[in-house]
Amino acid sequence: MSTSNTTSMDQQPLDPRAAAELRAQRKQKIESSLAKRHRKESTFRMFGLASVLAGLFFVVLLFGSILAKGLPAFWQNSMAVPVYFDPSIINVGAQPKQQAGESPAQFNDRMIAWQTEMGMVDWDALIVNGIVAKDAALEAKRDDLGYMYTSSEAYRLRDMVLADPSLIGQTKEVKILADANVDVWLAGNIDRDLPAEQQQLSPEIRQLADDLKAQGIMENTFNTNIFVSPDSRSSPATSGLAGAFMGSLFMMLIVIFISIPIGVASAIYLEEFAPKNVITDIIEVNINNLAAVPSIVFGLLGAAIFIGWMHLPLSAPLVGGLVLSLMTLPTVIITTRASLKAVPPSIRQAALGLGASRLQTVFHHVLPLALPGILTGAIIGVAQALGETAPLLLIGMSAFVASVPASPFDQSTALPVQIFLWQGNELRNFFEGRTAAAIIVLLALMIGLNSLAIWLRKKFEVRW
Amino acid sequence: MTTVLSTDKPNSLEQDKAVNPEQTQFTSTEGEEHKQPATSFVSQFDTQAASKKEAKSNNVKLSTSDVHVYYGESEAIKGIDLNIYENEVIAFIGPSGCGKSTFLRTLNRMNDTIDSCRVTGKVMLDNQDIYDPNLDVVLLRAQVGMVFQKPNPFPKSIFENVAYGPKLHGLARDKYDLEEIVENSLRKAGLWDEVKDRLSQPGTGLSGGQQQRLCIARTIAVSPEVILMDEPCSALDPIATAKVEELISELSTQYTIAIVTHSMQQAARVSDRTAYFHLGDLIEVNSTEKVFTQPDHQLTEAYITGRFG
Repeated sequence: MSTSNTTSMDQQPLDPRAAAELRAQRKQKIESSLAKRHRKESTFRMFGLASVLAGLFFVVLLFGSILAKGLPAFWQNSMAVPVYFDPSIINVGAQPKQQAGESPAQFNDRMIAWQTEMGMVDWDALIVNGIVAKDAALEAKRDDLGYMYTSSEAYRLRDMVLADPSLIGQTKEVKILADANVDVWLAGNIDRDLPAEQQQLSPEIRQLADDLKAQGIMENTFNTNIFVSPDSRSSPATSGLAGAFMGSLFMMLIVIFISIPIGVASAIYLEEFAPKNVITDIIEVNINNLAAVPSIVFGLLGAAIFIGWMHLPLSAPLVGGLVLSLMTLPTVIITTRASLKAVPPSIRQAALGLGASRLQTVFHHVLPLALPGILTGAIIGVAQALGETAPLLLIGMSAFVASVPASPFDQSTALPVQIFLWQGNELRNFFEGRTAAAIIVLLALMIGLNSLAIWLRKKFEVRW
Repeated sequence: MTTVLSTDKPNSLEQDKAVNPEQTQFTSTEGEEHKQPATSFVSQFDTQAASKKEAKSNNVKLSTSDVHVYYGESEAIKGIDLNIYENEVIAFIGPSGCGKSTFLRTLNRMNDTIDSCRVTGKVMLDNQDIYDPNLDVVLLRAQVGMVFQKPNPFPKSIFENVAYGPKLHGLARDKYDLEEIVENSLRKAGLWDEVKDRLSQPGTGLSGGQQQRLCIARTIAVSPEVILMDEPCSALDPIATAKVEELISELSTQYTIAIVTHSMQQAARVSDRTAYFHLGDLIEVNSTEKVFTQPDHQLTEAYITGRFG
């Protein structure tokens, strides 16, 4: 009450007309600037919308082109062939057994001789016989039929017999995969109007492939090889991602078990326990610097330390995982520190005020609240490591490996490196589709990991 | 009302009361409160009650001598000697930045969490120097509890909030003992009837005043000897403030309470003695009645009459 009295006493009461005029002037002044302000706002909105749309356009373009190229590669031409395991062709005795009074060396010799005999069997004849059995008119083209399927299918028949000798004398329907070049021709991935000297196949074989397709012997079927087979050069049609996938899986496990515990522990120490002094300042600056170091430098470091000095195996997921862990570590530390910082200090004070030790404060209260942020950061770090190629090239993981690694010590490639290798393959018009298919698999993994991060974030989020 | 107060001098208290709706609530129930003098703020100015309070506080619970606190280079507390007696409520008042909160935090070493903060001098709790390097700060904070300015319940259930302290220090023998401690603490904090049916719901879902009483329940669940309160009502509405103040008066029969407040009516209502801080110095400490009616120092008078602050 008294305060309002003093303020009105200080100011001389204005003439009501002059006051009204002043008010009108002020109102006009504000109004005149309004149009400009609104114009600025709508311009800014337009810019924002335009950039979002441009971004979306490029995302759609990217995904569209990858899906358009990659999805057809999940289907491949093959023939369902009734293979008769003809005993007159597979004219080999039973697998030798260790006999009494036989030295191991003698048994070994007999075993090798038997294996050689198995390998010499004309397995191709079984496949061609099977195709001819579907249409007797193909009898005249036996030689050309040999070019229709990919070369590794003969070995597959051999392996089937080795695994189950009782197959001999029986007929079994086997899915025989078409040769890569035949598949390219049938899928239209090569220009059919090109002159004969630029085609990869002779006119007779191209004609035969078209005939088989027309007859329905050659069919477009789902290609499971891309998931279950390793890379292959001798028989490109069977090449798959299994080896690269396992390599990447081993590396991600190593990254998860090394970089997340170390990163989270150091972030907690730096954020909650370490005194703030020159040494911790230097450490902090260096962690931020490490996060900005190009990934290929980590590859050089890995080659020098893990391979050159510690003599760990070349091309092994173990080394790759260690290198990627080093690379992910700064990301994990920085995101963990950020989410620890975001926990309100009042929670720490409450716990400390009740007599909790600093460790109890951190583990009972701060860490649970920071968990969603930490998990998100860790998963994004792992996803980044999953897509990393450059450092792997320097530690020998860009080699061609035709087997699926059974442990982190075996030679292997990784998914992004496999994409890089296929992209450079000389059988261009076949591997273009494979490359896109591999990109789809990698992107699916990435999207899966990121969705997991979002789900975990939602699950552990505490509202207050 | 005014008959109780000495009327020879215009007092900022009277002015404030005229505009404070919470006051009218209190005055309307005045007759009721005379039956329980211990919980009534009016009784603070009742000479009989005041003399009774002074009589009960003879043992020194906390004593500080020549306490200086530095934040880096600047000196926030410039040598304070103060005795706090057992089972008294002492209020720290003073303008913003005068160091009253800093001083409060030195009493249970919460300043330790600030890196640049340095404390010199002696703070004795029952003849034990709390800044002794051999003293475990965990034990100290179990003896000297703290309630903060903003209600800060843990984002856990109401039960977990109160049970956390006893669990931490292993004060409960078993589950039933723990449940009893929780119930008693919530009863003492006057919150039991409001929350007994939803103990498993998050403490953060309560209203601001309930949250602050939950924080008080959480503090007393550890059975501290001293409770420090740093502006416990500054984030609360008048009704919640009234409840917390009532609670403080009740708690003063068992605990020694030091409270920092910006509201001079609050200091007048809840405290036995009032200490006035100014720019890091302790200017005056006297019985609350004396500080608000005949302050010794002219700075105190200037502050309580609203000439600055």
